[in-house]
Amino acid sequence: MKHSLRPSQYAILIAVMLTASVGDTLLSRGMAQVGAVDMHHLGLLWHALFNPYVASGIVLLIGFFASYMTALSWADLTFVMPATAFGYVVVALLSRFWLHEHLSLYRCAGILLIVCAVGFVANGPSLTEHPSHPELDLMDSGAGR
Amino acid sequence: MHFAVSHASAAPLRSWSCILFVAALAIAGECLIAAAMRSLGDLDLLRTHSGLRGYAGPIRAVLSSPLFLIGALCMALNFFAMLFTLSIVDLSLAAPATASLTYIGNAIAAKLFLRENVDRRRWLAVGFVCAGVVLLSK
Repeated sequence: MKHSLRPSQYAILIAVMLTASVGDTLLSRGMAQVGAVDMHHLGLLWHALFNPYVASGIVLLIGFFASYMTALSWADLTFVMPATAFGYVVVALLSRFWLHEHLSLYRCAGILLIVCAVGFVANGPSLTEHPSHPELDLMDSGAGR
Repeated sequence: MHFAVSHASAAPLRSWSCILFVAALAIAGECLIAAAMRSLGDLDLLRTHSGLRGYAGPIRAVLSSPLFLIGALCMALNFFAMLFTLSIVDLSLAAPATASLTYIGNAIAAKLFLRENVDRRRWLAVGFVCAGVVLLSK
């Protein structure tokens, strides 16, 4: 039986894709402003926490972890994995259009492959049925609510 | 991310041992966290109140799960192992290698330990993601 996801569950998966990639990009931009940190200047890490880009990046990464774990509570790990991989695509697009980095032909091919992977998995069932837990299957199908 | 510093490349055996160790920690962490979340079930069903107060139930349930705590410990060790690896291996090798190995290892571990139905379309997706990650790092 194919599990259909609720709109709120699709929203969680989109949050997984966006928060990790936008969070990483914000951290990258913030740390570029803070400057190189080495063993002799570890105090800079404390200073970095007050950079608005770094602070908002950390908030987004906490949001990523929360939405990732929520997604794992109702979907298989192998279903959620391609969604996290889609974050690489978002990072590549963000670095092209926001940080104005060059997007090579290899990277375009990589983006295409990951988009295909997400398409394959998104068309399949989100959760493996385990006949030993009929009550869980009942809840997943929505019949228990 | 930009890392202009190029490291003197360590011996291949040492580099790949580090990369494998980082990937193994990530696989262990993700599978343990996935197992913890699976045993808790849909977190929405654990909410007792509407609004922000309702999140206390799911957060308490997650934080009191031993599987989650061991998984989170593995992820923290993974972070520091990755930092160490980056000090001896170039980012352009370490990042795609650990990401690809983690995707393949996660699929195998999900099939063996989490008993997930990893069908042909999911294997294909794992292969495509690995190839895509390698191409993105070029």
